[in-house]
Amino acid sequence: MEAIVNQLPIGLSIGAVLLLIALGLTFTFGQMGVINMAHGEFIMAGAYTAYLLQDWAGRQAVIVALPVAFGVAGLMGLVLERAAIRHFYGRPLDTLLLTWGVSLVLQQAARDLFGAPNVQVQAPSWLQGGIGILPYNRLFIMALAIGSVVAVWAYMSRTSQGRRMRAVMQNRQLAAVMGINTGRVDQRTFFIGSGLAGIAGVALTLIGPVGPALGTYYIVDAFLVVVAGGLGQLRGAVIAAVALGLLNSYAEFWTNASLAKVIVFVAIIAFLQVRPQGLFVLRSRALT
Amino acid sequence: MLSVRSLEAGYGRARVLFGVSFDVEPGRLVCVMGRNGVGKTTLLNTVMGVLPATAGTVTFEGRDVTRLRPHERVRLGLGYVPQGHETFPQLSVMGNLLVTLEASPHKDPGALDEALEVFPRLKPLLKRRAGFLSGGQQQQLAMARALVTRPKLLILDEPTEGIQPSIVQEIEEAIERLHASGLAVLLVEQYLDLALRLADRFFILDAGHVVRAGGAEELRGEEVHRLLAV
Repeated sequence: MEAIVNQLPIGLSIGAVLLLIALGLTFTFGQMGVINMAHGEFIMAGAYTAYLLQDWAGRQAVIVALPVAFGVAGLMGLVLERAAIRHFYGRPLDTLLLTWGVSLVLQQAARDLFGAPNVQVQAPSWLQGGIGILPYNRLFIMALAIGSVVAVWAYMSRTSQGRRMRAVMQNRQLAAVMGINTGRVDQRTFFIGSGLAGIAGVALTLIGPVGPALGTYYIVDAFLVVVAGGLGQLRGAVIAAVALGLLNSYAEFWTNASLAKVIVFVAIIAFLQVRPQGLFVLRSRALT
Repeated sequence: MLSVRSLEAGYGRARVLFGVSFDVEPGRLVCVMGRNGVGKTTLLNTVMGVLPATAGTVTFEGRDVTRLRPHERVRLGLGYVPQGHETFPQLSVMGNLLVTLEASPHKDPGALDEALEVFPRLKPLLKRRAGFLSGGQQQQLAMARALVTRPKLLILDEPTEGIQPSIVQEIEEAIERLHASGLAVLLVEQYLDLALRLADRFFILDAGHVVRAGGAEELRGEEVHRLLAV
């Protein structure tokens, strides 16, 4: 019983990390329909940002890295969108191959820059310890995920930029003939979505080592979260991320890492058989 | 004010427009007529920049806009109401109007009231999601949304198609009022009687060519009926 309870914060924090990654994907994948395989490498870039900032910020690097990693990963996303992805809109298969290639290049670049072995980021001393079974570092990740969800929700529903973004997602051609610069909205969407991956990367440094392949461990699960939650649906992503995180960590606890992955995939496949559209869907007269 | 010369456009290798030329003078209401599939919507989409012109020019107020992107044309004063009463379905009625206002060059909130004066039926619906409105209400929203940008030329693609008769009347009156207030209008319309009531000038498209053009009095004739009959 105690072991089951102990596993809870682990599952929840994995869910929180998945949520942070999936939040970024709800922008680029859920709303723009771009399957960006390099999203995982933006996570890795965020994590290495925290690693590099240690020289300057010491043990507070993780905190300093949050905005910096958002900017770094965001800019990488922006450059990728401008330089390559925008030429492939409406061609998902080509985009997939293209971004996969970019992903491999970025991983190799990280190996050349930082070496193949994993590196460690020191957590701030005030994040060590915990209340009862809840370690502070995992609580911090959950708070970060909740904060990011609220920020994204507020941005989408309360700001003029968010409104413009939703307009473009709902009807791109109409948005263009209503005077909206859709190209600029795409850039902004990509910047924010990729930046959120950077923040997820910083969060990951709190619970494990940083390596060139860091992103690849999480990217598939994050795509599953977006699909299971319903494309572009914030609520769905939250529920699916927490569920997947818990399922992952308990399955791993009772069996082993490889079998856990099998269990998760089977569960997702079964779920999508019943609800292929995901947990939530956009519904209205105009879309039916 | 709008001058289209030898315009050609199409989809992939299928050409739809073969050298279309026409003008809209300031304050005039020009009606584009023709059967289904002759290229009316393609023409409007090319004028707006949704489709690229493969040949020919579009000039607006003396400026060549043929290569401009749609949002740049909206900034210059072209207001477009596409076919099929399209909205941003998940945004509220107010959200639909606001998102257009915020993208417009003037950004003057007074434009919202002006647009709602033309379509007062929308006032009690401002908080409703646009996707849940009736077709007629969506069409009025689509027109109000175009007005929010304070266009110099309003381009309407079959504004009364598939709309309940009670609202067709209101839409027709709104077009008449806007025209009377001095707004230039380019209107695509299938129904001859509506065109006769509203238009100063007309031209008829057939298979991507302008086959007739002139004033309203010339719309009455056997040949015109033949060109429009299904």
